[in-house]
Amino acid sequence: MEKLSKISSVITPLDRPNIDTDQIVPKQFLKLVQRTGFGAFLFYDWRFDQHGKQRKEFVLNDSKYSGSHILVSGENFGCGSSREHATWAIKDYGFDVIIAPSFADIFYNNCFKNGILPISLPRDIVSDLMKANVIQVDLAAQTIQYNSKSIKFEISESRKKTLLEGLDDIAVTLQHDKKISSFEKTHVLRFI
Amino acid sequence: MAATLFEKIWDSHKVDDIDGRSLIYIDRHMVHEVTSPQAFDGLRINKRKVRRPDLTFATMDHNVPTTNRSLPIVDQISAIQIKTLEKNCQEFGIPLFGLDSPYQGIVHVIGPELGITLPGTTIVCGDSHTSTHGAFGAFALGIGTSDVEHVLATQCLILDKPKTFEIKVDGKRRNNHAVTAKDIILSIIKKIGTAGGNGTVLEYRGQAISDLSMDERMTICNMSIEGGARAGLVAPDQKTFDYLKGRQYTPKNYDDLVQEWKETLKTDDNAKFDKSFVIDASQIIPQVSWGTNPAMTADVTDIVPDPAEFAKGDSSQEIAAKKALEYMDLKSGIPLTDIKIDRVFIGSCTNARLQDLVEAASVIKGRKVSPNVKAIIVPGSQQVKRQAENMGLDKIFKDANFEWRESGCSMCLGMNPDILSRGERCASTSNRNFEGRQGAGGRTHLVSPIMAAAAAIAGHFVDVREWV
Repeated sequence: MEKLSKISSVITPLDRPNIDTDQIVPKQFLKLVQRTGFGAFLFYDWRFDQHGKQRKEFVLNDSKYSGSHILVSGENFGCGSSREHATWAIKDYGFDVIIAPSFADIFYNNCFKNGILPISLPRDIVSDLMKANVIQVDLAAQTIQYNSKSIKFEISESRKKTLLEGLDDIAVTLQHDKKISSFEKTHVLRFI
Repeated sequence: MAATLFEKIWDSHKVDDIDGRSLIYIDRHMVHEVTSPQAFDGLRINKRKVRRPDLTFATMDHNVPTTNRSLPIVDQISAIQIKTLEKNCQEFGIPLFGLDSPYQGIVHVIGPELGITLPGTTIVCGDSHTSTHGAFGAFALGIGTSDVEHVLATQCLILDKPKTFEIKVDGKRRNNHAVTAKDIILSIIKKIGTAGGNGTVLEYRGQAISDLSMDERMTICNMSIEGGARAGLVAPDQKTFDYLKGRQYTPKNYDDLVQEWKETLKTDDNAKFDKSFVIDASQIIPQVSWGTNPAMTADVTDIVPDPAEFAKGDSSQEIAAKKALEYMDLKSGIPLTDIKIDRVFIGSCTNARLQDLVEAASVIKGRKVSPNVKAIIVPGSQQVKRQAENMGLDKIFKDANFEWRESGCSMCLGMNPDILSRGERCASTSNRNFEGRQGAGGRTHLVSPIMAAAAAIAGHFVDVREWV
């Protein structure tokens, strides 16, 4: 997985609570059997009308935000289906950081598997960030700088390490192979 | 030390610590066609094997056709996804309940039905409604594709320990026939909100939960994720043990296990939950969702709410409610029972087990679907379908002009041809009323099977307490 450390970019504000993974990638695009190319379908029904024409009023269609790597959104971002296609689409579209007051659990977890940094911050700070233009996110220092302000954010050490070093969780777990083998010797047979 | 049921399961499955997180052993891994192809690809690229194919089970459910199974699948991309799962199962030695299997069905219906789901175990699947299996006192959670690959390769997951959240449903329902498990769980989500359970495992307790059958407990646990929870569970009791006895995959030493489970699989009397919520079952009446998330739900006797009143001062919730009413094409103030519907869907991992169909049939028998409504019933599995047919339920449904289909996820998420057209309004027994969930531009109202059945006949929502 590619490493993530410092991101500087214009933010894309999408101020809605409970944005679910069905909106992030509608189900008609879940039938692909590879991980790539989902960016084209990100927020598809909000970006395009029923004839495939861009909806001018939707924020992702505003050229002001083209090339943005940071999405700022509302509470409980990524709720609903466990589809990792949602994180693939967000990353493929170009977002590396999502800032919101809170995230749904499965989505939050999926972010770290795909080099996306989800940052949760109090609602009033998120509202303030929505009005910012360019911001700087520094994962190692756990800071966000904007409009000459600097704020800290929380992230667990192991999650941080995963992104900074681009770690593969499976390789990490396989280092514990002996322990798994001895655990399953006594455990698994009980249920067969 | 006193512990909750979840904490006991967690502790007994912890293999190791990794950087402050836990390595948790997984007893059962269910796999389906939509979230697995990229995981198997990952194994091939890294030359990894499936560690425990004997603890892994696969079926196809999300985009299978529910019409005649002897015909080829029309949607070529769906056909490729189904073919890919067949090939992957063959290559990695995983048992598959394929389209021609008498046990095929929605992954969360067949797990319990086959005795794959067991009390005190850890169960994962690349699907958020894996929480369903918690009805048996298992820690069952939905995971993304990267974690599907992780479990295939290692039979473990790296997890942060969730907090515990007690959901106590006290008292008794006033009318067990009209007020269902679906109404209980919708009432809970309405109160705790779609993010109320974030970072927690729910344990459903109390008289009204003990009173529920296993099918009903599955409906409750199924929708834990709609309250944001990592998982939901119910402590096993005699109903649980009776349900699983003698099924295909029930372990050989089952009776010994039951003796052990009776001692261990419960929350200790003086254990503490991180959070608690109490609701009185006698106050719950049939529910109908009016908005675009499951917390946007009201009593059937209510009106469509005013966004400002619904939001109680939260401006982003108010905007969301306004957008929801716009999407749903509803005006504040109209009674929910005035809402006319075009379609009815009885099915999904929430409400497509035998009891759901029996209850729906009790309302449908001798009546006809309204001429303005198109209604389908999709059983949760081939076993449920056969049991229903043996009871003659299919005849009741067909006589009333319901379509009787083959098993699958169907119109819950519309990955197969069963979708709503733009603007169509559906009374649905599924779990999500998100924008476009059942088809782009489609409008979903979540209800119980008997509420859906009554709406199909009346052509609009009705208070089913007047019928049963």
